[in-house]
Amino acid sequence: MIDVRKVARAVAGAALPLLGLGLGTAASAQGTAYVSSEKDPAITLIDLATLSVKGTIPTCNRGRHIQVTTDRLIMLACSESNAADVIDPATGKSLRRIPLGDEPEAFDLSPDGKTIYVSNEDEGAVSFIDAASGKRLKSIKVGKEPEGVKVSADGKTLYVTSEAASLVHVIDIDSGTVVKNVKVGKRPRRMALTPDGKELWVTNELDASVSIIAIATHTVVGSLKLEVKGARSEDITPVGIQISRDGSRAFVALGRANHVAFIDVAQRKVTHLVLVGKRAWNVTLDKAEARLYVVNGLSDDVTVVDVAAARPIKSVPVGRVPYGLVVVE
Amino acid sequence: MKRRACSVGVALLFAALTAAGQAAVAAAPLKATLVSRQPDPRLERARLERQFLGHPGGPASEGVEVALDEGQFELQAADAAVALTKQSADSLEAARAAAQAAEKAGAAVLLTDLPAEWTLAVVDAVKLPVINIGDASDRLREQDCRARLLHTMPSERMRADALAQTLVSRKWMKVLLLVGPGAQDQSRAVTVQASLKRYGLQVVATRPFKLSADPRERDLANPLLLTAGSAYDAVWVVDSDGEFARALPYRTVLPRPVVGDAGLVALAWHAQFERYGAPQVSRRFAKATGRPMTASDWSAWLAGKALVAAAVAAPKGPAATWAQALAKTPLDGSKGVSLTFRPWDGQLRQPVLLSDGQGVVSQAPVEGVLHPSNALDTLGADAGEQKCKTTR
Repeated sequence: MIDVRKVARAVAGAALPLLGLGLGTAASAQGTAYVSSEKDPAITLIDLATLSVKGTIPTCNRGRHIQVTTDRLIMLACSESNAADVIDPATGKSLRRIPLGDEPEAFDLSPDGKTIYVSNEDEGAVSFIDAASGKRLKSIKVGKEPEGVKVSADGKTLYVTSEAASLVHVIDIDSGTVVKNVKVGKRPRRMALTPDGKELWVTNELDASVSIIAIATHTVVGSLKLEVKGARSEDITPVGIQISRDGSRAFVALGRANHVAFIDVAQRKVTHLVLVGKRAWNVTLDKAEARLYVVNGLSDDVTVVDVAAARPIKSVPVGRVPYGLVVVE
Repeated sequence: MKRRACSVGVALLFAALTAAGQAAVAAAPLKATLVSRQPDPRLERARLERQFLGHPGGPASEGVEVALDEGQFELQAADAAVALTKQSADSLEAARAAAQAAEKAGAAVLLTDLPAEWTLAVVDAVKLPVINIGDASDRLREQDCRARLLHTMPSERMRADALAQTLVSRKWMKVLLLVGPGAQDQSRAVTVQASLKRYGLQVVATRPFKLSADPRERDLANPLLLTAGSAYDAVWVVDSDGEFARALPYRTVLPRPVVGDAGLVALAWHAQFERYGAPQVSRRFAKATGRPMTASDWSAWLAGKALVAAAVAAPKGPAATWAQALAKTPLDGSKGVSLTFRPWDGQLRQPVLLSDGQGVVSQAPVEGVLHPSNALDTLGADAGEQKCKTTR
């Protein structure tokens, strides 16, 4: 077991060997992390080489889900502006706004980047938006408080979680109909597909668990209970999830438990727990998968985790109530 | 079955009949009947307009209906349905008769938004599970508890404990207690005393107050006189009516906060609560009803959620299975944790919000309050106190 306090002290005291280890992998990590904030109409930029804030970009209000588009632009959904802001990372300027309907929270893009699939929290709907014209192509009624949105690799199937209904809706994109509702744990939030396209992993915020859905049958084939020594089940509220490119590991932010879990995907077992900030909300790997950026909603910071060592390297203060993060290298 | 002349029945079926592409014939719906008082003195226009914190903002049926409407998708997915009937009663006897009629008509669950005595009459007249959504009195959770009676609204004791914890966390240890003249004020003051004792707070004085402009009674009515002569960190006012308490903050002799029924108030819900998806719930409620969601509305909404959860857990019933599922299925009340009914008194354990009316200042249980099994059980009567002797 790693003594995280000791690590934190070591980092605070600028222990050189440890920092050296951390920054060794950083030499290749040239680029920027973009962090959305629910309470500041700005994106905070973190320099990946120095792990310090290098600036902000003004944007729309209540920024939530943030994603890199197929043409390498930054797209951010703003719940209060009812729009997406599209930002060119080269210039740091907003190119345009795309209307996303009422209270957009999370979205995903079709593989060709032409369609935005977005959850509209208030309406209890998922909308298909034409990215070029901003026109709403379709709106499909789903359970209340839809959140996570994920498109299958072939672009044919859309998965949407409904927090209030504890369901994952399976939507056929062509016909725009819900073909199946899969009951998962309480308050499902975010999803990740395994790279082989065989499994969909769903975090259940009020169930301290991950539900695993087989894509072939759209049934729940497994569930992974998340536990943190010394924390009660009700304080483990998983939200963000990412699976490594080779499909071997999953990383899950455990919300109020203030940890991120490293999971062996094949074994469906937690291998490491890393202490991060308050209410760890979303997680993002860098390109080399050497570092994991954890966005902490209630401590207004981002914890940078060394993946190989499973240790926090640094906490970077960002905007108020940070939500999501993308890395552009 | 004949309905009493005084009751109005409106049946609403929330079912899976129109799901696109699924001509699912829903299983027999879980029938629930809400029995409300009508006319309800709490809902008189003049009272509603004042919007006293902790008082209802409108009929309880609205919260239940919003929850059932929201639950439609989940019900459809499980091929389940809930049918709600609303009955009103103008007396204890009418409430009892409405409950018996509902049971005969096939209701599986009753909801009550009634005075404590009436709810007891309802529970004792039927064999169904009853969810009390509108009465916070401790007697329903303690000496007068019933095995089939559940409560979604936090008890007076829970609210007092939440406030007492908050005072302790601020180190405001000396409390001046002002108590109103009503019978309800007296019993609530006893509860407050118990909470103050539980959390080691000191009562520097307890004084009765009275709404009056009579100069001969000014010792009882004048905030300056009532709050003079003692050193205290906070003034805790117990005023079930609300009018005196509303005018108390900023009128104390010492510059000290007022808590209790004005100033800082412990509530099940506030429309300005910002965390855990709460704004969406409040917004949906406001959209459906045209008014902000109060604590009472949350309690009614949660009862609706409990019905949906029971129907989804056992789409085909039977009634006994629903009754079990109702008591055991964890609920999502958008307060950040899964909520469950305490097995020892049927009370829904839940975080309590502390509000000044403008927003949510903090939550209880406060950080640092510990409990051997569940910190939520630091609010309200705990298992070991054995205040409810009924076996479930």
